[in-house]
Amino acid sequence: MSDATVIVGSSIGGVRTAQALRLEGYTGDIVLVGEETELPYDKPPLSKAVLAGTAEESSIRLLTRDEADAAGIRLLLGHRGTGVDIAGSMVELEGHGPVGFDNLVIATGASARPSPWGQRAGIHILRTLEDARRLRADLLSGGHLAVIGAGFIGAEAAATARSLGLDVTVIDPLPVPMSRIFNPEIGQWFGDLHRSKGISTIFGTGVESLEGEQGSFVLRLTNGKRINASVVLVGIGAIPNDGWLASSGLLVDNGVVLDEFCRAVDAPNVYAVGDVARWRHLTHAEDIRIEHWTNAVEQASCVAHNITHPGAPRAYTPTEYVWSDQHDWKIQVVGRVGGGSDYSVIGHPEVHGRFAALYTGDGTSLRGAAIVNWPKALVACRRGMAAGITVQELRDKLESQLDPQAAVAS
Amino acid sequence: MPVVKADLQACQGYANCVVGATDYFDLDDDGIVVVLRTEVSETDRLRVTEAARSCPVSALVVEDV
Repeated sequence: MSDATVIVGSSIGGVRTAQALRLEGYTGDIVLVGEETELPYDKPPLSKAVLAGTAEESSIRLLTRDEADAAGIRLLLGHRGTGVDIAGSMVELEGHGPVGFDNLVIATGASARPSPWGQRAGIHILRTLEDARRLRADLLSGGHLAVIGAGFIGAEAAATARSLGLDVTVIDPLPVPMSRIFNPEIGQWFGDLHRSKGISTIFGTGVESLEGEQGSFVLRLTNGKRINASVVLVGIGAIPNDGWLASSGLLVDNGVVLDEFCRAVDAPNVYAVGDVARWRHLTHAEDIRIEHWTNAVEQASCVAHNITHPGAPRAYTPTEYVWSDQHDWKIQVVGRVGGGSDYSVIGHPEVHGRFAALYTGDGTSLRGAAIVNWPKALVACRRGMAAGITVQELRDKLESQLDPQAAVAS
Repeated sequence: MPVVKADLQACQGYANCVVGATDYFDLDDDGIVVVLRTEVSETDRLRVTEAARSCPVSALVVEDV
């Protein structure tokens, strides 16, 4: 009897699940459903190379028609998932008849949180390829870009816009940028970085209102100041795309709620991957949802394994990893950082041009690390996290590398 | 036998490959991938292919030659 896996969502998590199923030897039908009519594409370059115009759109395709055909993946693009009938094992789609499944993988990702200051020409969010095209078109007119939100997307787009020659102001209600992720000392360095590249930063201040039209916006800030801008980018986070599951009976709570094997807690033939998935992480002993590229890829592998090995499923217990490229800084974050963790810093951005902040929860073991422009430290941290290295061992190793003479001698 | 091919120009040093298959991949001092073993045994094919597909800039492929 033929088996069918339907994957709803054609971004990185969905595409990698389809590919990993074939790699695992899955012989059933694979249907990959996408809401956009675009061939699947990769999102990280949208705030960087695609926005800058240094990468062709063709270079970010995750799967071409030929590759899909060769792998036996049926692409069903331009159809949004509107519901799931669990008892009948059917997915309902907009503009298409219901599609039956033996296994369902929910990979619908997350959407940019919409602008609370209105949505009209010149006010942008950045999540899809079409968003990036529209923002780029406006940036090419030059002028002053106001970025609301100094998270990864906002900071990357600000850096790209600056490289295109625009005047850029970044506004964030947090007093120190990135302090949701890092501790203030490290966050401060990110603010310094942006200012050193000519970006104006207004931190610890919210946006009260946004008036005017494209080319002549006026942002009224909570500190009473007014900022003029020709274009505005709103980068204030993302919301999981789980609304279409409301009538399915699946447990949804800020993402689809899954067990440790990434199976829906109430339907064992339904899985989820990527930004929309909230699963039980056994080593963290909590339900978590992660909006990062590497998580979507690793979770896709795990789900493909679990679909093809139902008798021996694997619990999904990844070490978090995310990167961000801002100006000439390559920022890489491994494991869990910030919060109340103790940390120590090796290197300094101004002295060495690179640094690593090592975080510990118990004073001994490595809980996470934030690394800038230091590939060897990144490898040491990622390998070390897997092997259970202590912070002291890692410090000794990295400090010897920081001294150029010691590095040559080794 | 499948082999690993690396695009050294594309590599950005994210190290996902190193984590996926630490016996096949490393990074040099400039953060560029070093392929430690080019030939992939059949028993390693799944693991090394998944490591290659975890590259955010598609700098690695495992191909049959």
